[in-house]
Amino acid sequence: MSGFFTALGEYGFLQTALLAGLLASIGCGVIGTFVVVKRIAFMAGGIAHSVLGGMGAALYFGMDPFAGALLAAIVSALLIGTVRLAWKTQEDTLIGALWAIGMAVGVLFIAKTPGYSSDLMSFLFGNILLVPTRELWLMAGLDLVLVTTVSLFYRQFLAISFDEEWARLRGVPVAFFYLLLLCLVAITVVLLIQVVGLILVIALLTLPAAIAGHYVHSLSAMMLIATLLGACFTAFGLALSFGPDLPAGPTMILLAGGVYVCSALVSQVFARRRAARQATAG
Amino acid sequence: MTEPVIQVTDVSFSYGNALVLEHVSLVIEPGEFVGLVGPNAGGKSTLLKLVLGLLEPQVGQVRVLGRLPRQVARRIGYVPQFPSFPRDFPISVEEVVLMGRLGLGPLFGRYRKVDRLAAARTLAEVEASDLAQRPIGTLSGGQLQRVLLARALVGEPEILILDEPTANVDQRAESDVFDLLAALNRRLTILLVSHDIAFISAYVTRVACLNRTLACHGTTEIDGDTVQQLYGAHVRQVAHAH
Repeated sequence: MSGFFTALGEYGFLQTALLAGLLASIGCGVIGTFVVVKRIAFMAGGIAHSVLGGMGAALYFGMDPFAGALLAAIVSALLIGTVRLAWKTQEDTLIGALWAIGMAVGVLFIAKTPGYSSDLMSFLFGNILLVPTRELWLMAGLDLVLVTTVSLFYRQFLAISFDEEWARLRGVPVAFFYLLLLCLVAITVVLLIQVVGLILVIALLTLPAAIAGHYVHSLSAMMLIATLLGACFTAFGLALSFGPDLPAGPTMILLAGGVYVCSALVSQVFARRRAARQATAG
Repeated sequence: MTEPVIQVTDVSFSYGNALVLEHVSLVIEPGEFVGLVGPNAGGKSTLLKLVLGLLEPQVGQVRVLGRLPRQVARRIGYVPQFPSFPRDFPISVEEVVLMGRLGLGPLFGRYRKVDRLAAARTLAEVEASDLAQRPIGTLSGGQLQRVLLARALVGEPEILILDEPTANVDQRAESDVFDLLAALNRRLTILLVSHDIAFISAYVTRVACLNRTLACHGTTEIDGDTVQQLYGAHVRQVAHAH
């Protein structure tokens, strides 16, 4: 671990990686909280995986995969959102189909892209050490979009997450804010893909917020704690993986997963104790 | 002449092949306290949803305060039968009540001071001030009912619509809720759905009986015959005094 800190001072790419992790954790905390409380992890997974279609196409046509990913994520968020709003009964099947179709398209494009094609692995599992410095600015820009949108429409997002029927009665355009929320999820997915790759995105999107949810009872506190946890997981994951030369993404996810399981057990015990105290007191 | 608050004219509604409302007409005047009773699946909740603008009638028309329900939804306070939200949602009672102020202030940003004051005042009115900072998941059935009532009232509605407000609370809390409603009726028109025909007749000004079609009665006219027509022969009337 101390080797990591020495290296951090020496290598620019490590500093970039650390910054990328911290920038991604803002999205993971703020939007991850909505994904957890609104229970749309499956949709977020669908968006994340179908992004491969956009990345593959961008690569094939010689464009920036980051731009391709962003475009594909937004398109897929709007498609999945429309599916949910229009055909609620077959939601699962349709999202599953989009999930697989997106990936299949991506794999075909990548297979037909001439030249060096080890990119597939870094799309799938991420490679935080290869994040170019200019992308940090893009990531910071996307964070700004996320945080601004959520703070402007906090009441509306809270209302549609909590009680859609009530929000509709109070004149909130539920479909619009629902699709907007999914677009924010799409942006977050693209941020996180830089760090852990599209397969592992769903873990970083849900675990920090779920852990925060074990301890606090307000959405804003959940966002703050989830952001801090996300920052810890990416930074410590990076540090832990550096010495033994492990892939950084999976290390971060294992760290997050381990903490989540421990936290779930601990909070369960606490809840039982509290209940027992209540029962004996009453 | 004053305009009716709610005017349902010859409305029929069906979900797929199931006809739940057939030629229903109902007029509610300002200041009335109308109890809507009827058997389960008799169309009570559907009629409420039509009045709230959550559903559109296939036949007939619904007017609330002289306009389409959707246009005036914010002037109606609604208390649902089953809370349509997960009980473990990380949110405080105050934040839930504040949602009744949605659509009143500016589009952007957080709730204003005036919204928070209104929430505090309304929580005091339903005698739930001490619950303001509690997470919603820790409330009992009766407490939750008061909070949902506060959410419906905090937007200063002209009409209050309640769907089985006492289905999940004990009997003492039930009469508390009805005393509160009787007080609110001095300034609000109230439409209340209940399956407990005997209990509500002590409070309401008029009872509407719905089992796909509608029959209206003054509270004095409710007797065994009406109940039997509505529910079939297997209902026993229990004599009771309040």
